[in-house]
Amino acid sequence: MYRALLRLYPKSFRGEYESEMCAVFAQRSRDSSGPFGILALWIETFLDVLLNAARVHLDILAQDLRYFGRTVRQSTGYALTVVGIAGLGIGATTAAYSITDHVLLRPLPFPDAGRLVAIWEKETRYSRFELSPANYRDWKAQSKSFESFGAYTSLSANLAGQGEPERLAYAAVTSEVLPLIGVRPVLGRWFSEDEDRQGAAGTVILSYSLWQAKFGGTASVLGRKLLLDDTPCTVIGVMPAGFAFPRRQADIWLPMRAFGQFGGAFEDQDRTNTFLTGVAKLRPGVTLEQANAELRLIAAQIARQYPKELKNVSAGAYNLRDDAISDQSKTMLIALLGASLCVLLIACTNLANLLLARALARRKELAVRSAMGAGRERLVRQLLTESLLLAMAGGVLGIIIAMWSTPLFGALVPTNLPVVALPSADGRVLSFGALATVLTGLAFGVLPALRVTAGADLREGSRSGVGGRKERLRGALVVAEIAASVVLLVSAGLLIRAMSKVQGIDPGFRAEHVLTLRTPVTGARYEKTVPRVAFYKRVLDQVRTLPGVESAAYISQLPMVWRGGIFAVTVDRQQAADPSSQRASMRFVSPDFFRTLSIPLHLGRDVAESDGITSPLAAVVSESFARQYWPDENPIGKQFNFAYEDRTVIGVVGDIRVRGLERSSEPQVYLPYAQLKDGWFAGYVPQDLAIRTSQGDPLQLAPAVRKIISQAEPQLPVTNVRLLSEIVAGETASRRAQLVVLGGFAGIAFLLAAIGIHGLLAYAVSQRTQEIGVRMALGATRSNILRLIVGDALILATVGIVAGAAVAYGAGLELQSLLAGLSPRDLDAFSAGILLSLLMTIAGSILPAMRAVRVDPATALRSE
Amino acid sequence: MQPLPEATFHILMAVADEDRHGYGIIQDVLTSTNGKLKLSAGTLYRSIQRMLEQGLLVETRERPEDHDERRRYYRITPLGREVAKAEAQRLQQLVRLARRSGFAPGRA
Repeated sequence: MYRALLRLYPKSFRGEYESEMCAVFAQRSRDSSGPFGILALWIETFLDVLLNAARVHLDILAQDLRYFGRTVRQSTGYALTVVGIAGLGIGATTAAYSITDHVLLRPLPFPDAGRLVAIWEKETRYSRFELSPANYRDWKAQSKSFESFGAYTSLSANLAGQGEPERLAYAAVTSEVLPLIGVRPVLGRWFSEDEDRQGAAGTVILSYSLWQAKFGGTASVLGRKLLLDDTPCTVIGVMPAGFAFPRRQADIWLPMRAFGQFGGAFEDQDRTNTFLTGVAKLRPGVTLEQANAELRLIAAQIARQYPKELKNVSAGAYNLRDDAISDQSKTMLIALLGASLCVLLIACTNLANLLLARALARRKELAVRSAMGAGRERLVRQLLTESLLLAMAGGVLGIIIAMWSTPLFGALVPTNLPVVALPSADGRVLSFGALATVLTGLAFGVLPALRVTAGADLREGSRSGVGGRKERLRGALVVAEIAASVVLLVSAGLLIRAMSKVQGIDPGFRAEHVLTLRTPVTGARYEKTVPRVAFYKRVLDQVRTLPGVESAAYISQLPMVWRGGIFAVTVDRQQAADPSSQRASMRFVSPDFFRTLSIPLHLGRDVAESDGITSPLAAVVSESFARQYWPDENPIGKQFNFAYEDRTVIGVVGDIRVRGLERSSEPQVYLPYAQLKDGWFAGYVPQDLAIRTSQGDPLQLAPAVRKIISQAEPQLPVTNVRLLSEIVAGETASRRAQLVVLGGFAGIAFLLAAIGIHGLLAYAVSQRTQEIGVRMALGATRSNILRLIVGDALILATVGIVAGAAVAYGAGLELQSLLAGLSPRDLDAFSAGILLSLLMTIAGSILPAMRAVRVDPATALRSE
Repeated sequence: MQPLPEATFHILMAVADEDRHGYGIIQDVLTSTNGKLKLSAGTLYRSIQRMLEQGLLVETRERPEDHDERRRYYRITPLGREVAKAEAQRLQQLVRLARRSGFAPGRA
C-alpha cells in the first residue's frame, strides 16, 4: 500500500530510497498505537508523499531546466532549427484543424443547432430543390416532428436614399424563421406574425455590419424607414455581429408576406412554383430519420392528390450544417487535414532524426552522467524535458503561424454556410495547438531518448564505428519523410492537372475583353416592359458610342452567374414521356448579345429590336436544342411551347456552359428582351450588361458606363462590375484556393524532407569519415565514394517513393470528387511527384557527398 | 548568507557524532528537539538526496556493530561540517543582534 503510494515519486528517487522509506514507515507504524494512531499516521504519510513527491519532481525539473539552458546556449542554431521545424509542423496542423473545426465539427453558432434542419423537395433526378409555398403550407400543417417550421428565400434588393444606391443581400423569412434559429437581435425584436401577413406594411431587420456602415451603430435606427426596391420599410431590429443566416452574406431580413413581394405567389396553389427553402427545429427527442420518415409519408399523400405536378417529388430534411457543405468542400477539408498531418509527421521525423543525431553526439556527456549514477529513466526524462521544451517553443511559434495563415484558408469555407468567414483562435483551437505540441514533443523525443540511453550503448565506445541499428532507424525515418512528401506532391499534382483540365474546357463563348456589370432593375418601378426597354436602349446606344466599344448587350443574367432559370419544353403539344429530359434554360436578351459574347450564330438571325411585344414570339435556340427536337430538319420556323407560350425558332447559336465549366448544362433558349410581358418572370428581367471592347483594359470603361447609367436612372445601383474573364476564372477559384493550400503543404513537406535527407547523410558521412578514409587509402576513387553516399540516399528514396506512391494512389481515390474526371492514376502527376522527390534526394545528398569526396585519407586515419 | 533549510541543519546535527540511518535521524531529531520537529519520511529523503548531491553527506558502507545490514547509513562530510558550522555561526550572529535589540535575554 505504502509502496504503491511511493510510485508518485520519480523512478530515480524511488530506486534510491524506496526500501528505506518503507522501513521507516514500518517502524513508525510499529511505534504508533491504537486505531487512531494508525489513521493519523496514514493521513500524515499520505500528505507527506503528495507534497514531497511534487517537490522532488520540481527539483528534477529545475535541474533539467538548468541543464537545458546550458545546452541551448551552447548550440543556439540547433535549438532554432528544432523550434522552426516544430513550428511549421504545428502551425500547419493547427491552421488546418481550425478551419476544419470551423466548417465541419463545431456546431453552428445557434442555440440547439443540432436540432435545426433544412427541408427541401426531393426529386428522383435532381437531388433536391426548393419548396413550393403550397407544399410548404401542407407539410407544415401535417407534420408533428417539428417544434417550429419556417421558410425563407434568398434575394437581393436595392437600397436607395442612404448615400450611394446599394444592392443588399436579403432573406425573406416567415415569422417562424428567426425565433427558431434562436439568435436574439441586439436591438429591437423579431418579426411578429402580423408583420408577416399579406398586405402588412414593410418592416426590416438589419445586420450588424449594415447597421454600423449605414447608420453609425446608433440606437435611433429603430423606427427609421428605408427604401427597399422603392418600398418603404420600417427598421424594427438589428441582429448581433457575426449572425449569418441563411448564408454568410446576409444584409437584411424582411417578412416573407409583407407588401406582396412575390405578387401573392406565397399564397397561391401552384405546386410547381418552387422558391422556398424550409428550415425547422426538431422537437426534442425526435431524430432526423423519424422526421424524414414522417415528411416522406406526408409528401407522398399530397403527391397522390397532384399526380402530375408532383410526379417523383418527395421531401427530405437535412441537418442544417451538412446541408450547406458540399461533398467537395468536405473532401477538400479532410484532404487538407490529412496533408497537414503529413507535414506534422514529416516535421516530427525530421526532428526525431535531428535529436537522434544530436543525442548520439552527446553520448559521451550522457555516459559521464550515467557513470556518475544517473539511471536510464533519469536520462530519458532529461532528454524528454528538453524535447518538450523545444516543442513548446515550436508550439508557440506554430500557433502564431496558424493565426497568421488562417486567412489564406478562408476561401475553403463554403459561403452558404451560415457562419462568419474565418474561425477565431479560441480555446478549442489553442488547446488543439497545445495537444499537437505535446504529441510532437513526445513523438520526436521518445524514440531518440530511448534509443540513445539503451543499455550498453551508454558505455561510450571511442571507436567511431557505424551503429547499424541506429542507421536503420534513422533511415526508416527518412523513408517515412520521403513517402509523406511523395503523397503530398502527387496529390498537389493531381489537383493541378484537374485544374488545368477544367480551365481547358471551352465555355462556348469568348470571355476576353468583355466588361460586365449589373443594373438591378427590380421592384415596382421597373415592372413595365416598355419603359424598361427604353432604359436599356438608351444605355446601350450611349455605351456603343464610347471609344473602344465593339458591341454591348443586356441579358437576364450572365451564364455561370446564374446557373438556374430552367423551363420545360413541349413540341407539337406532346407531353414528354420523361419531362425532366425536356428542359432548357431561358434568358431574355437584347440584340447583339451573341456578338458581344462571341457565341457563333449558326443559322437564321439574332433577336432584333423589331421583335416587340406585338410581333410573333421569337426564340433563338442553341445547337443542342435544335438537335434534340428536330434532329434532321431545318429548325428555323419550327414552333415549340416554352414558358407558357408558343414560340418560333428564328436562329440557332452555339451551346454555352450556363451551369459552369464543370457541369453539363441544359440546352439554351434566348428570347427577345422586348417580349417579356409586364410583370411576368420577375427573375428573368434583363439585369446584366456585357460590353465587348476592341482594345485596352475594359475596366477603364467602367466610370463612363456608370455615368451613362446614373444619367438614365439616378437611383439605380451599379453592382458586380467585373470582367467576363473573371467570372470564368471564378469557376476555378475554389480549385485555385485548394491548390494554393495543398501546394503550400507539399512545398513545406518537400523542404523538410530535403533537410531530413541532408541531415541524415551529413551525419552518416561525419560518422564514416574514417571508413571513407580507409576505402580511399585502399584505392577507392572519388566516384566510388560518391556512389557510396548517393547510392545510400537513392535506396532510401526508392523505398520511400514506392511506399509514398501507393499511399498517394489511395489519397487520389479519396480525392476523386475534386479531380474533374481525371484518373487518380494520372501518369503526369505521379511522374512529376516522383521526379521531384528524386531531385530532392539528390539535392539533399550533394553537400554531404561533396564532403565525403573531400575526405583526406591521412587525416581521417590519424583522427582515430 | 542564505539560511540553511531547517531540515538540512537538523540532519547535519543528527549525523554530527555518528553515522545514522534514516529512521535513526528522525528519532534523533525528535528527541533533541523535545518532540517539536518530527521529520516525515518524504522530507527526510528528499533532503538527504539533495545533501548527497551537494556533498554534505555521503553514504557509508561501514556499519556500527549490531546494526541492520540492509539499511543505508549516512555520514557527514567535511564540507557538511563546514556548512553546519557556518550556519551555527550565522544563527549566533543573529541571536547576538537580537540581544542587542532586547528581543532575546542575555548580554550582547
